[in-house]
Amino acid sequence: MLLKLKIFRFEPEKDEKPYYQTYEVEADPMDRLLDCLNRIRWEQDPTLSFRMSCGHGVCGSDGMRINGICGLACQKLVRSFNEEVLIEPLPVFKVVKDLVVDLSPFFQKYHSIKPYLITKTPPSDTERKQSPEEHERFEEAIRCILCACCTASCPVNQNRETENYVGPAVLVRAFRYLFDSRDEASEERMGLLDHKDGAWGCQTLWKCTEVCPKEIPVTRAIGQIKKRIYEAKHEG
Amino acid sequence: MNFTHDIIIVGAGLAGLRAAVECVGQADVAVVSKVLPTRSHSGAAQGGITAALGNEEEDRWEWHHFDTVKGSDYLGDQDAIEIMVRDAPRVIYELEHMGVPFSRTPEGKIGQRNFGGHTRDYGQRPVKRACYAADRTGRVVLDTLYDQCLRHDVKFYPEHYVLSFSFDRERCTGVVAYDLATGELLSLQAKAVLLATGGCGKIYRTTSNGFASTGDGMSLAYRSGIPLEDMEFIQFHPTGLYPLGILVSEAARGEGGLLRNRFGERFMERYAPTVKDLAARDVVSRAILTEIREKRGIDGKDYVHLDLIHLGKEKIEERLWEITSFVRIYLGIDPVYEPIPVQPTCHYIMGGIPTDVDGRVLKDEKGSVAPGLYAAGECACVSVHGANRLGCNSLLDLLVFGRRSGLAMKNDVLRYGHGSISAEPLKRMESRIKDLLVPKGKEKVDSLRQKMQSMMMESGSVFRNEEGLKKGIEEIRTLKERYQEVGVSNQKKAFNYELMEVIELEHELDLSEAILLSALHRRESRGAHWREDFPHRADRYYLKHSLVLLTVKGPEVRYKPVKITKFQPEARVY
Ligand SMILES: Cc1cc2nc3c(=O)[nH]c(=O)nc-3n(C[C@H](O)[C@H](O)[C@H](O)COP(=O)(O)OP(=O)(O)OC[C@H]3O[C@@H](n4cnc5c(N)ncnc54)[C@H](O)[C@@H]3O)c2cc1C
Ligand code: SF4
Ligand code: SF4
Ligand code: FES
Repeated sequence: MLLKLKIFRFEPEKDEKPYYQTYEVEADPMDRLLDCLNRIRWEQDPTLSFRMSCGHGVCGSDGMRINGICGLACQKLVRSFNEEVLIEPLPVFKVVKDLVVDLSPFFQKYHSIKPYLITKTPPSDTERKQSPEEHERFEEAIRCILCACCTASCPVNQNRETENYVGPAVLVRAFRYLFDSRDEASEERMGLLDHKDGAWGCQTLWKCTEVCPKEIPVTRAIGQIKKRIYEAKHEG
Repeated sequence: MNFTHDIIIVGAGLAGLRAAVECVGQADVAVVSKVLPTRSHSGAAQGGITAALGNEEEDRWEWHHFDTVKGSDYLGDQDAIEIMVRDAPRVIYELEHMGVPFSRTPEGKIGQRNFGGHTRDYGQRPVKRACYAADRTGRVVLDTLYDQCLRHDVKFYPEHYVLSFSFDRERCTGVVAYDLATGELLSLQAKAVLLATGGCGKIYRTTSNGFASTGDGMSLAYRSGIPLEDMEFIQFHPTGLYPLGILVSEAARGEGGLLRNRFGERFMERYAPTVKDLAARDVVSRAILTEIREKRGIDGKDYVHLDLIHLGKEKIEERLWEITSFVRIYLGIDPVYEPIPVQPTCHYIMGGIPTDVDGRVLKDEKGSVAPGLYAAGECACVSVHGANRLGCNSLLDLLVFGRRSGLAMKNDVLRYGHGSISAEPLKRMESRIKDLLVPKGKEKVDSLRQKMQSMMMESGSVFRNEEGLKKGIEEIRTLKERYQEVGVSNQKKAFNYELMEVIELEHELDLSEAILLSALHRRESRGAHWREDFPHRADRYYLKHSLVLLTVKGPEVRYKPVKITKFQPEARVY
């Protein structure tokens, strides 16, 4: 089928403002949208820029806004579109070129919540024990590929006044460590999250959960962080 | 611009990050990667990492040693394999202590599953040896190591593309990198450079590899006069999703999945009576392609079925969540109720840059060290995989030898000062890029790449013969000539991926030639290298590693001996 792709173009050094360019690609219904973007780049316009790496939804490179909804281009098949698709970069982030955005603020926020296991008890010679049930508590969160689709879709992050909110992706990782039975820094972690730009920044609007390409119950995880902080404060 | 560090690591996959974690704090280390670090292809690894922990049933490193040697069709160096398998438990516990969220046994130990070629009692029956986190093991290990790098403030040069090395006489003294975001060139000086640039699966049309797997590191070493070892051994994984080539992990068979032909027959019983569907990958890939050639593919087409239905919804969705989602998304079918169409897909290169067991690059058949240069991971060849790698032994290789390279580098750099700084390498790259940016018009990178990929499928994949290989080499040489006419039409500085792909293609063409040439010279069948015209293993002539070296007269094939310690070559049956 013939697919029209209307694509956001912007080169900050040169263009005064962004514009849209429409390309036509002959595509198989089972082709990925990423395949179409590549065909444009290879056959029609090599100046089009976007990121990619794995091609099958495991690396998190190609998050973009597709018909208004953030998702991975490599996970969308041509057959799910009508004649035309609108493709734009992830909102919230600064555009560097076309569909490539500057993710450094995203990774800085990520870094700020200490995304690593913190333990005080020295480990034994073998593994730290963890029951399947304990593992299960955070299992869904380890699917996260840091594609930033959730953060880009979050109305709180989109709002200039609250843009310092760490955002759902970072909270998913915070959740993963906070609820890992091996971690021994829950107080410190809760301290890092217990403020208006931390877990309390979330207004439970569910946008993040709707877009997550790995089907992570993002909002629920954030809710559990809030509950844990609340309970810790009120218990003692 | 110039920057100086003690150690430069090229590549942010598991090998590179493991090395970085090892030396950070004790040396000034920086990691350069052409993709954002967490986008490295190690994150795509699904099935697991092997170690004889014995968490699910009795297991011993001696059995792991034997299986790996046998899996390698006796071409792996047995001393290096011994180091790897003995170190495996420690490596796994270390990861666990860093925070890797492994799946667990009911007693709370690290969960383990079956994988092809891993057996107990020297081949008697399959053993659960692969430590796993559902089917996203690579993802969680990569994330954990990346998180450790953040914790220890490892310096990253993300989205920087390494174009060449700098040398001070013999010694490697750094790299020249191209900043993809700005188009600027950087000279990064160091006392030690580690190549951890991964594999080159993108040379083939059907592959499980990501776009970045273009073999840059191997080719850069090759151009600097380092030979490449055992390049003819390319692993085709039996179960790529048809027709995309996306991997369906061997974990699917490890958990009990079965291969069937058009008659519903479990054909692996005929090819590997003892371990059946859990035979080594080369054996299973050949079996599938033989079924297809003999018209027993599904509907007479180029694929067979991988049947998981009997495992039940719960097990499939818990242990194989990722691949279940791939099948649903990309084929629109549900593996809980329908069998998965699969075909072999190019997956892994056993060969690469020759190193000693501490990652030091070896520049000749006598084992002389190339000072300042190290390699680890898929781009390296220690050699622990020989002619065929066993599943889940790669992640182990990355971690064991990534760590050992890190250790070696941090000790070695204490003994050396920085080499003299020269502006020459940077200038050379500047003019190279300028040259590429002149539009020459005639040839397009994509059409040449497609030709190369098809050619490699035809002549350099699972079944090979002299005629095909010769034709392949000729065609690759023609493509190399045509490559001279490739120009970059995109003149923009920021994120000019066309420029990067043109440079990658040159690497891929060089490697294609090296692969086909090594394959042509090996007139026997061993592991993943199957010659229809020489269908037997010929230990008398070919129990040796091949080395392909770039000389002034072009590539030349040489050999060096295999290290055999405990296991004498035997017939390899599963
Ligand atoms: C789909 C899939 C599943 C797999 N599953 C398993 C498994 O379950 N178990 C197992 O043991 N093995 C598995 N393997 C094999 C294993 O994952 C790979 O061999 C391994 O991840 C390679 O790691 P690496 O660190 O060597 O390189 P990679 O992870 O490929 O990383 C290469 C790095 O080098 C960088 N780089 C490359 N060239 C340049 C350059 N010119 N300049 C700058 N940077 C550069 C890249 O940006 C990247 O950071 C799997 C492989 C695939 C493809
Ligand atoms: S649930 Fe919270 S984090 Fe998610 S989109 Fe809504 S406000 Fe943002
Ligand atoms: S939670 Fe989901 S949407 Fe958000 S970064 Fe992770 S994978 Fe992407
Ligand atoms: S390219 Fe990796 S997630 Fe799409």
